[in-house]
Amino acid sequence: MNRGNLGWLFLGSMLSSSAWADTQLNLTKGVTAVSREVYDLHMLVLYICSAIGLIVFGAMFWSMAFHRKSKGAKAADFHESTKVEILWTAIPIVILIAMAVPATSTLIDMENNDNSEVTIQITGSQWKWHYKYFDQDIEYYSVLSTPREQYENQNGSFDGNGADKGTNYLLEVDKPLVIPAGKKVRFLITSDDVIHSWWVPAFAVKQDANPGFINEAWTNVDEPGVYRGQCAELCGKDHGFMPIVVEVKSSEDYDAWLNEQHAMTAKAADAEKAALSASMSKEELMQLGESTYMAYCAACHQPTGLGLPPAFPALKGSAFTTTGSVTDHVKVVFNGRAGTGMQGYGKQLSLKEIAAVVTYERNAWGNDTGDLVQSSDVKAASEE
Amino acid sequence: MTTDTINESLDESHNDEHHDHKMTGLKRWLYTTNHKDIGTLYLWFAFIMFLTGGVLAMVIRMELFQPGLQIVEPDFFNQLTTVHGLIMVFGAIMPAFTGFANWMIPMMIGAPDMALPRMNNWSFWILPFAFAILLGSFFMESGAPNFGWTFYAPLSTTYSNGSTAFFVFAVHIMGVSSIMGAINIVVTIMNLRAPSMTYMKMPLFVWTFFITAYLLIAVMPVLAGVVTMLLTDTYFGTSFFNAAGGGDPVMFQHIFWFFGHPEVYIMILPAFGIVSTTIPAFSRKKLFGYSSMVYATASIALLSFIVWAHHMFTTGMPLFGELFFMYCTMLIAVPTGVKVFNWVATMWRGSLTFETPMLFSIAFVILFTIGGFSGLMLAMTPVDFQYHDTYFVVAHFHYVLVTGSLFSIYAGAYYWLPKWTGNMYNDSLSKWHFWCSLISVNLLFFPMHFLGLAGMPRRIPDYALQFADFNKWVSIGGFAFGLSQLIFLAVVIKCIKGGDKAPAKPWDGAEGLEWTVPSPAPYHTFSTPPKVD
Repeated sequence: MNRGNLGWLFLGSMLSSSAWADTQLNLTKGVTAVSREVYDLHMLVLYICSAIGLIVFGAMFWSMAFHRKSKGAKAADFHESTKVEILWTAIPIVILIAMAVPATSTLIDMENNDNSEVTIQITGSQWKWHYKYFDQDIEYYSVLSTPREQYENQNGSFDGNGADKGTNYLLEVDKPLVIPAGKKVRFLITSDDVIHSWWVPAFAVKQDANPGFINEAWTNVDEPGVYRGQCAELCGKDHGFMPIVVEVKSSEDYDAWLNEQHAMTAKAADAEKAALSASMSKEELMQLGESTYMAYCAACHQPTGLGLPPAFPALKGSAFTTTGSVTDHVKVVFNGRAGTGMQGYGKQLSLKEIAAVVTYERNAWGNDTGDLVQSSDVKAASEE
Repeated sequence: MTTDTINESLDESHNDEHHDHKMTGLKRWLYTTNHKDIGTLYLWFAFIMFLTGGVLAMVIRMELFQPGLQIVEPDFFNQLTTVHGLIMVFGAIMPAFTGFANWMIPMMIGAPDMALPRMNNWSFWILPFAFAILLGSFFMESGAPNFGWTFYAPLSTTYSNGSTAFFVFAVHIMGVSSIMGAINIVVTIMNLRAPSMTYMKMPLFVWTFFITAYLLIAVMPVLAGVVTMLLTDTYFGTSFFNAAGGGDPVMFQHIFWFFGHPEVYIMILPAFGIVSTTIPAFSRKKLFGYSSMVYATASIALLSFIVWAHHMFTTGMPLFGELFFMYCTMLIAVPTGVKVFNWVATMWRGSLTFETPMLFSIAFVILFTIGGFSGLMLAMTPVDFQYHDTYFVVAHFHYVLVTGSLFSIYAGAYYWLPKWTGNMYNDSLSKWHFWCSLISVNLLFFPMHFLGLAGMPRRIPDYALQFADFNKWVSIGGFAFGLSQLIFLAVVIKCIKGGDKAPAKPWDGAEGLEWTVPSPAPYHTFSTPPKVD
């Protein structure tokens, strides 16, 4: 095949309709009254700018076409006119006022957080979201569920169209936020570490999560459905890997979901109790430990345990944790380390999972300490 | 003896003392206090930094060519975007404009040199050290700064890597350099104008640099302050931006953008000055509305101090704050519009020719205006919630900085190259540079609007599949734009080496004192003040 053909083939693949089928050009209209107002405002400004552009660029192209020296154009010698200057100062001011009026009313709507029926606290941390339902005793973390192999291009051939990647590649989580349709839901947004920003385009909600401060936002979604967004403020290494998924359920489904969650919370508490008295085998611990490690720890400390020093230290042969005292090791995992990127996992993982992950870290990558850590050890160390 | 003759004889003796005092080789450039030499140094430095920042951008675009992590780790990707931004802002655009100021201001106002020549030397020669420190951090164990060029706390304090101190020190040096350069410009313009050149007779180019220099003096110390607070928060346990210690991370953003917003006008006002010089020259018609241009520039400069929080609409401001900053930001469209209308009116019924400086100037007006439109859209707070921190913003500021500032720099460079080198540049090669740049830059930045509207956040190393097609195009545009800039390098080198000899005034429509001296401009010009009518 000669070079020319290759070029055409390349161009053809770029323009092939299948590749462009889901390409979106414009802002989403979204699924709330506010997001539609925002969309209308966006279109209004876009049309006004296009009209001004047409006039200004039209005048430029007119003079470029007809006032050229090569066509014998002689330069006129006008070079000032106070009247014209006043005119083209005044007209833009009028246009701007016409834009500011609807913008102000939309903004006042967006900032009215009163009379909400459901309140959810959203906490960002490196690199996951935590949702806590007020008055419901429901809280959980929501973490990217796209498998590592997909974004590291580890499986199969990769042809650039993402053949080995799922439909919702990088926009899928293990447990989405669930909210009821047709109710005003208020979000209280904050952060545990750096600044994040919670953004769901379909709701036109984007609010920064600032550590130590709480921001408010709200939405009221008409129809049940699944809506996706991403963290919008650079928050470190895996900023691109902390998506947001919101599942909007009808009122009945939402209530059913709440009951299900309550039941699950009770079950988990029982499991914790049972785990305290149970003793797991090394195989069980290592197996659960490896899967937990890959899901929660490998992003920073790497699957190899070598970390990305100096920000994320190696766990292989670490005298401070993995080959030092078990109690200290558990404490670091449970409480985190202040002033570093190491979060406390006491809230995020069950005692059993922490026991398993500590066991795994102490026996993987040549850290052959032979230590087995059980749930009861974790509980004891964390209460010390 | 009359006073005039005394002055003249003094001038002559002065000249004799300095003529042939030019050192040779490296020493000439190290020790030079000549505004033309220092201007040349600034321009070359800026171009080298531009290519360096460009290489970083090429790696970014390679990584983003396809979904998935291909060639760099996410942390290194963040280092690339951070240093790319810092290099382009502080290393390429700003020094390039300072280079223009050094070369042209004394020649335009009829001054023999800059007012503070030794400081001029120093303000240039500390710059390479600043960037050596910044770029050197790539080779440290922890890598270069990775918190974005806006270095928001606490990502840049508690959660930063080991090179933060180097970043802070580099920014300090860049700031010192800018402040000294700015003071020099102000002092030169206030004191060394030819006797009858009143302020309102100065070329608009000089006006824009005069106002820009004041902006620099006002906000560079704010930047120095905020990086120092960052330094003590990171290393000495203070809590300016740490809520746990009584500080506020959002306060960082207020201080940063109080510097940052005037900073973006520091990078565009001189561009206005350059195209206000070239458009009249190639329209063969005086600049329309000179005094309104001066007032518009000053208004933009003043407004730039009260719009900073429009970068922060999503940080959780009170409604009143959001409205105030929205209205003030929208107001900037008025003086900016006046400028664009005046340029169009200058071209209207002119006698146009399309030499390369004019091509870049026309592209500037159109593409900068597109960047202005997206700026107006971003000013609207409710819609900004959707645009903020997406590729729409990336498209916006690249339109104003690349097709805005950078294109004006090219316009100015082609316009004055004959004066600087004494030779005409290769016309067809320069047109290749223009057309390749124009097409590729739009392929590079225009689809970013669509990406942002469709929901792609900025500063991510990997993206969802619906963004794949546009990213591919953007990357191809990026590579083409990067390569096109090498044509400029070829044009400049060819032009320095030879070419058709340039007359004192190669452009028949050009005006200004710089065209009254021979080409290339002699090492010392206007030792005797010229007469201006």
